[in-house]
Parts: sequence; C-alpha cells; structure tokens
Amino acid sequence: MIPLSHYLVLSAILFSIGTAGVFMRRNLITILLSIEIMLNAVNLTFVAFGRAAGDLDGQIITFFVMTVAAAEAAVGLALVIALFRHKESLNPDAFTTLKW
Amino acid sequence: MPETIIFYLLAALAVGASALVIGQRNPMYSVMLLIASFGALSGLYIQLDAPFVAVAQIIIYAGAIMVLFLFVVMLLNAPREDGAEWDRTHPLRQPGITRWGTLLAGLLIVQLALALGKMTDLNAPVATKSDATTVSSVTELGRSLFTRHTFAFEATSILILVAMVGAALMARREGEQ
Repeated sequence: MIPLSHYLVLSAILFSIGTAGVFMRRNLITILLSIEIMLNAVNLTFVAFGRAAGDLDGQIITFFVMTVAAAEAAVGLALVIALFRHKESLNPDAFTTLKW
Repeated sequence: MPETIIFYLLAALAVGASALVIGQRNPMYSVMLLIASFGALSGLYIQLDAPFVAVAQIIIYAGAIMVLFLFVVMLLNAPREDGAEWDRTHPLRQPGITRWGTLLAGLLIVQLALALGKMTDLNAPVATKSDATTVSSVTELGRSLFTRHTFAFEATSILILVAMVGAALMARREGEQ
C-alpha cells in the first residue's frame, strides 16, 4: 500500500513544476497551462487527504476546483485573445503599459 | 506489489509530462503533453478509490478545458516563441536576481520540502480496504453534494455565469455592439 506522504510529495513536485512554469515561461498560453498544473496538484492533495480521512469532502472540493479551473481557463483565454489582437504578441513583456 | 509499481509509473508519467509541458517551445505540444499528465493523474484518482473524480478529470480537463486551449492555440496561429531574442532577455539569464518572483519560487520549494520533511504520522497507508466502498460511492457523493454543500454548489453556478459573460465580453471585437 502506498503511504499518504508519497501522494503529498508527488503533489508538491507537480506544484513546483507549475510554479517554475509561471515564472520561467514567456508565453501567455504556457503560463495558463502551468496554472492548470498547479490546480491539479492541489486536487491530488485534496483527494489523497480525503481518502486518508475516509470521507467524501476531499472529492467534493475537487469538483469546485475543477469548476474554478474551467472558469479561469475561459476568462484567461478570452483575455489572451484580446491582448493578442492589441499587440500581435504573446510575450508578457509586451504588455507593460501599466508598469511604473 | 502491482499497486506500488502502477503508482510509480503513473507518478513518473505525470511528473515527466508536466516537466515537458514547461520545457516545450511549441504550445501545441505543451497542450498534448498536459493531456497525458491529466490522464496519469486520473489513474492515480482511481487508485485512491475516487472513480467519479477520475472520470470528471478526463471529461472536464482533458476533454473540455484542453480542447479550449487547443482552439486558442490554433486560432492565434503564433505557435513558436521567438527563442533567441526571448532567451537573451529572459529574467533567469540576467546576472543576479532581477525579479523577486524567482526568489519567491525558490522559497516556496524550500518551504514545501521542509513541511514534507516534518511529517511523521503520514507514513500509514492511505487506503484501507474497509472503507473503500463508502468513499468510492457515487450515490454518497451526490447526496453530500446536494445536501451539505448545496450553497457552494449554487454559488458555483453563479461563478460559471459570470465567467461566461466575462469571456464573451473580453473576446468581443472593439466597436462591436
């Protein structure tokens, strides 16, 4: 049987990969994909803890996270399309008009 | 120990595919690899006696969200990063830490490692055979979702509505009525 800590370590690795993607990649679409990796790592933690506790709440909050992920993908991709129309670029450094 | 072997295979697939997602220059390959990663995670959910979450993972993530990403990648038709120039100006290639975000990401990894290192009572097996039927029951899941968590469920529907209106508003061309 697999101990709970293995799932948590796997989840931490996936979350770190997602964080690294957000900070290192310079393509808005890949940054959104990295956010999805992070959300999935959190989902895995929820389900593993719920299974260890023997109740269903871990699975239920996973559905809410999935819903938020879907909403975030829809709004984020709409923003990407609007930004691409303005500047013809997906590089986040092209959108620094508000930067002081 | 077939269970352990399957766990490590799926974990390696998830980590490898996720690492390749952020290593690819072409976002099309990134999306495909992320679908593979989600498939591996879905297998892990089945191991955790959560078959409904596994199916929802495949249908919602791999089916809906990733297809949305694929559509946008193909719609924008800008598949490749301009490698040479972007590498030259990349914050990680600059001398010293030019962005605090990089430092914070390193700090996060250290924190996670410390927190995971302190665990002593988590080495018990996560799944015991006795309560597998209650945890994997879709009936119980639906009952809990529509009784104890009704408010959150209804609030989620408002969230979806707001996201839908927001996405339609954002993606609209300027000057259109």
